[in-house]
Amino acid sequence: MTATEILFWFLSALALFSAIMVLISKNPVHSVLWLIVVFFSISGHYILLNAQFLAIVNLIVYAGAIMVLFLFVIMLMNLNSNNEPQRNSLIKLAGVVAGCLLLTVMVSAVRSAGEISKSQAVMNEGDIGLIQNLGKILFTDYVVPFEISSVLFLSAMVGAVVIAKKE
Amino acid sequence: MPIQYYIILAAALFCIGVVGVLIRRNAIIIFMCIELMLNSVNLLLVAFSKMQYTPANGNKSLALNIGSDAQIFVFFIMVVAAAEVSVGLAIIVMMYRNVHSTDVNFLNRLKN
Repeated sequence: MTATEILFWFLSALALFSAIMVLISKNPVHSVLWLIVVFFSISGHYILLNAQFLAIVNLIVYAGAIMVLFLFVIMLMNLNSNNEPQRNSLIKLAGVVAGCLLLTVMVSAVRSAGEISKSQAVMNEGDIGLIQNLGKILFTDYVVPFEISSVLFLSAMVGAVVIAKKE
Repeated sequence: MPIQYYIILAAALFCIGVVGVLIRRNAIIIFMCIELMLNSVNLLLVAFSKMQYTPANGNKSLALNIGSDAQIFVFFIMVVAAAEVSVGLAIIVMMYRNVHSTDVNFLNRLKN
């Protein structure tokens, strides 16, 4: 078992455990903190796959910006576990069963696919994930979507300000 | 690493997100579970972009930029997710200001 495999299993277990902890923790602040752990482990997976640009962007955008936004909103609302709304346990059980069935269908579909079982993900090599190559492609082939995304951000900013503004 | 492990990991993360949307009533937690689902799809796209690729004629120089499209795709998913989060949190703040709760059951009817 090489170091890459050990890291893969460790990061996978960490991601799954903290994703489950996001669901079952009563306090919303704890959910946000566990979600940050999920994002860190997914960034670790990106580094294992040598997608360094995406790993850094994932950390900066998700764990840095979006989660801070979530934390600010939760702290503004003064939510805590005392007034946390709860569904009744029958709906919870039905939701868990439905999710497990969905997972079963997906896993069995993957396991029965013959072509995909021979494929390997290349670890620790290849330079398509480096910022030099991605930047070249982003500013040649994908320059129009890149510019459109700036308009998207502007409209999202205006929309957020208009919605959250006090009348 | 076999690509199957990545597919199963991403499917498990996605299903955890689906279960979270189904069983929680706090709108912020539901929103975080949607982020979890987006991230599992991102992980799967990156894993597929690094899938072993051998060109038919064995010419390695052809395969140099294969897979970059998936990573650009992930980048744009992150861009859209950031915009979506800002608007969604604004909606949740407005909802909290009106009904003093983030329970989604208060929004089960649009008329009031």
